[in-house]
Amino acid sequence: MNEALITQIGICIEKGKVNKASPYPGDMIGQEGSDELTRQALSEGIGPDLILQACNSGMQRIGERFSRNEVFVPELLMAAKSMNAVMAHLKPYFQTGTVKAKGKFVIGTVAGDLHDIGKNLVSMVVEGNGWEVIDLGVDVKTAKFVDSVKANPGCIVGLSALLTTTMANMAKTVQEIKNQFPDTVVIVGGAPLSTKAAEQMKADGYASDPQGAVAFLNKVSRN
Amino acid sequence: MSSLLEAVKKGKTLVSDGAWGTFLHKLGLQPGECPELWNLTHRAEVFSIAKSYIDAGADMILTNSFGGNPFKLEHFGLKDKSFELNKAAAEISREAAGDNHFVLGSIGPTGAILMMGQISEQELYDGFAIQSEALKQGGADAICVETMSAIDEAVIAVRAAISTGLEVVCTFTFEKTISGEYRTMMGVSPKEMVIAVKDAGASIIGSNCGNGFEQMIDIIHEIRSVDSEIPILIHANAGKPDYVDGKTVFPETPHQMAAITPALIKAGANIIGGCCGTTPEHIKALVNAVRIE
Repeated sequence: MNEALITQIGICIEKGKVNKASPYPGDMIGQEGSDELTRQALSEGIGPDLILQACNSGMQRIGERFSRNEVFVPELLMAAKSMNAVMAHLKPYFQTGTVKAKGKFVIGTVAGDLHDIGKNLVSMVVEGNGWEVIDLGVDVKTAKFVDSVKANPGCIVGLSALLTTTMANMAKTVQEIKNQFPDTVVIVGGAPLSTKAAEQMKADGYASDPQGAVAFLNKVSRN
Repeated sequence: MSSLLEAVKKGKTLVSDGAWGTFLHKLGLQPGECPELWNLTHRAEVFSIAKSYIDAGADMILTNSFGGNPFKLEHFGLKDKSFELNKAAAEISREAAGDNHFVLGSIGPTGAILMMGQISEQELYDGFAIQSEALKQGGADAICVETMSAIDEAVIAVRAAISTGLEVVCTFTFEKTISGEYRTMMGVSPKEMVIAVKDAGASIIGSNCGNGFEQMIDIIHEIRSVDSEIPILIHANAGKPDYVDGKTVFPETPHQMAAITPALIKAGANIIGGCCGTTPEHIKALVNAVRIE
């Protein structure tokens, strides 16, 4: 089996190399990206699960570097873009059940808040780690979260907020989800949040960055 | 009245205003409502904020137009009102400021990321140009491009603002990294900001939001390490907010902010004011602290 090829796909994720035409990153110009390499790997008969594993660890490496403040939002966005290119090739395998997601993660920015950058980053990194992400968008009313939990039994819910003024809406949403589905795990995040604030809202967890959310999800799913 | 830049160059530290967003919410703006629409629907409330900072002794006030770019207003179905809402914002602050205080037209980021192709450079420029021109026509003396994190968007906003002929202030929002450096969420350092926005034509630069005064001193030092001349504006938060018993609480008191003001001036700040969580009481305390200096 072509192990070098699999490894290279993981590197493309970590470095945000999408395809040959992409000028990013500067030190990989002209090289094939995750798009071409995934196509090649599949045509060589490499299992989609192995490709996905390599991507997951590439995504984990960039997520950890982001947590350590070694890279910033642009690098993470490019990694996610590279991951999307892989996912486009792997989609049929998810549909047939050849590869399975770790679980479902419902995410949205709470009511009254239109900010989506943080929410999108978490969504991308969690998906890159092998979870199925259901992104409800921004300004998501409590009822919409509740409906989504109902429609996706066993899902974990992530709530995002940037404005200090929407933290009250976040608390309300946590409460309502817990009222109707006491076993549903809820994690919160966003600039004004903290572990203390999450405890006050009775959320199950708080993550200060995308990789923190991944670590939390993986811990919950193992329990 | 002289221009803002001339006033700064006379050497006296000037005081700017405090928070608008958190103040609007105190007056009844609901989460999810468009703050800029209040310039038409709740003119008296917006005016009262502007006036409270003038009464507190501020030398300048900003405008209720932070999210007034067409891209953001589109979320509220108000894209067509971009010009009207920004012009009204400047008119309200102008009326409160009178002829002896400066009005800085506030321009915040769009929330769209250029490198992800969510918006084009031309769309960004056109949006900021509409906003800048409307703020000018409403009576702004200068434009304040604030809370920026990406060089590309900030540079486009500054260029659009410069096209009005007004002086332009540009401030970025930094966070302290694990290694103790300051970077925006897009990875931009204070040094990189100085070089890029000065080149784009900003005549006053600095930092707003994200930090209290203490961290702002570090940021000023970094700016001064590459530029000893350019005037620096600082709008600091009243610390990092806590969420206690269903309420958002900002920890830094007016007294605490005033106590650290001399160190801020010593580091090289020329204009100081507040961002999220600061009130007219904070500004009053800053005015007193600056007078003593």
